[in-house]
Amino acid sequence: MTASSAADELALVSVRNIHKAFGSLAVLRGISLDLAAHEVVSLIGSSGSGKSTLLRCINGLESIDAGEIWVGGEDVSEPGYKGDALRSSIGMVFQQYNLFPHMSVLDNVTLAPRKVRKVAKAEATERANRLLARLGLAGKANEYPDRLSGGQQQRVAIARALAMEPQVMLFDEVTSALDPELTGEVLDVLRELRTDGMAMVVATHEMNFAREVSDRVMFLDGGVVVEQGPPADIFDAPQQLRTQQFLERTRRQ
Amino acid sequence: MSDPSGPAAPLDVSGAPLSPVVPYVDPERIAKVQRKARNNITISVVSTVVFVAVLIGFIASLPGWPAVQKQFFNPTDFKASFPSVVEALWLNIRIFAVAEVLILILSLAIALVRLSRVPWMLPIRAAATGYVDFFRGTPTLLVVYLLTFGVPQLQLPHVPNSAVFWATVSLVLSYSAYVSEVFRAGITSVHPAQQAAARTLGLSNTQTMRYVVLPQAVRRVIPPLLNDFASLQKDTALVSVVGPVEAMRAAENYANVNFNYTSFIVAALLFIALSLPVARFTDRLMAKQRKKTSAGGAL
Repeated sequence: MTASSAADELALVSVRNIHKAFGSLAVLRGISLDLAAHEVVSLIGSSGSGKSTLLRCINGLESIDAGEIWVGGEDVSEPGYKGDALRSSIGMVFQQYNLFPHMSVLDNVTLAPRKVRKVAKAEATERANRLLARLGLAGKANEYPDRLSGGQQQRVAIARALAMEPQVMLFDEVTSALDPELTGEVLDVLRELRTDGMAMVVATHEMNFAREVSDRVMFLDGGVVVEQGPPADIFDAPQQLRTQQFLERTRRQ
Repeated sequence: MSDPSGPAAPLDVSGAPLSPVVPYVDPERIAKVQRKARNNITISVVSTVVFVAVLIGFIASLPGWPAVQKQFFNPTDFKASFPSVVEALWLNIRIFAVAEVLILILSLAIALVRLSRVPWMLPIRAAATGYVDFFRGTPTLLVVYLLTFGVPQLQLPHVPNSAVFWATVSLVLSYSAYVSEVFRAGITSVHPAQQAAARTLGLSNTQTMRYVVLPQAVRRVIPPLLNDFASLQKDTALVSVVGPVEAMRAAENYANVNFNYTSFIVAALLFIALSLPVARFTDRLMAKQRKKTSAGGAL
């Protein structure tokens, strides 16, 4: 950590002017994002605006073409950077849950702590059971993912990520595959995480939820941040035409 | 409320349904389903009996049948050739058992090598690709001939020169090429999202392969894998061309001495009997797995 400003030192994650293209399709075109401890940032915008790609870049699932990503005082976007340790400190939850179908719920949750953190099986199991109980999944430990409802599966996915005790959680449209009732039970979990002080970046289509939990809302369009600010500013008094149009469309639905 | 489907759920005084709600099943509907199932069984039994009777009647009516029956389906020769063929089958079983294990190990290793992207592995990767191309393109019979007659002439130190040894090696080399492609297809069929999920948890590439991708891939390729092993069980008979007396060769010996081919029917039945346990075992295994991991359904 040399020559970094006070603001940078406070940031858990610092994304600096990153670019990312898939072939000739530019998905991210100069995006910056600083995430402070305990801060909740929501990413809103249409499908294809770059929300998911930004999240995938932050924990190294995608390499970037230009810019820098700093996590915990390290430039993790440097080509050749070994990302395994980084990823274990950043939890990520996906739209399609991506649970391991051949493992029980308990094994899904204990796999990474046991294999990556080398936690003893008994301890990992005990911690997993506590987590599952907290997320309303007590008694589901020995079930297999395909036998659970979508909302239950998504909560297992959240428990699986939390089991690694991450400093930051990334949520990639985690309720998009769920009906309103199941969406509610997953969002409740996110609210609780916020209360606990977890730093989160949440890509979401749930505007009311974004308004309620976010410290800051970023509107992405065409791979750039068009507008950002406190939820009240963005939702009640958007300055940019594109933001106004986007919010207008989502309200009409 | 003139709902014909059955009594409405009972209500308590406040009007809310009593819990737990007792599931209601229409007895008439169940009776209908059971009647249909019984009908289906009757129809399939009758159809099988008719089909077999017609087939047997047709074959027995052919002018050459009496001669064929004497030469291929002779009970006396069946009894006489049975012991020697069964005894020889033991060699097939041993070759199969050893080859199967070696093929599983070698083919999985080849599949993993071909899928690895580590730079220093390039020469090994190229060799693995060449190996698969070569052995998939060469008839197994030819490999058996070449290795069994050719390699012993090199006089390799500390390596057995027996025909059984080299014929088994040939089967292992030939089949590993096929089976490695089965494994490779299985591994690539696991959705990339599974790897992404594993990597976000901090698992290394190797750990992701070991705990997340391979277990799913192996479950998926069990049916084609057993298909290849059923084929291998029969191909142990190829060993006969270079000398060793296995079931096929024993049947041939009997036929040559007694001018009767019933011994081949004996060998055929024994090979079939050998393959059945594996087939049923797989069916059971797959059903058990499905039941454990997935929700039920009508289809």
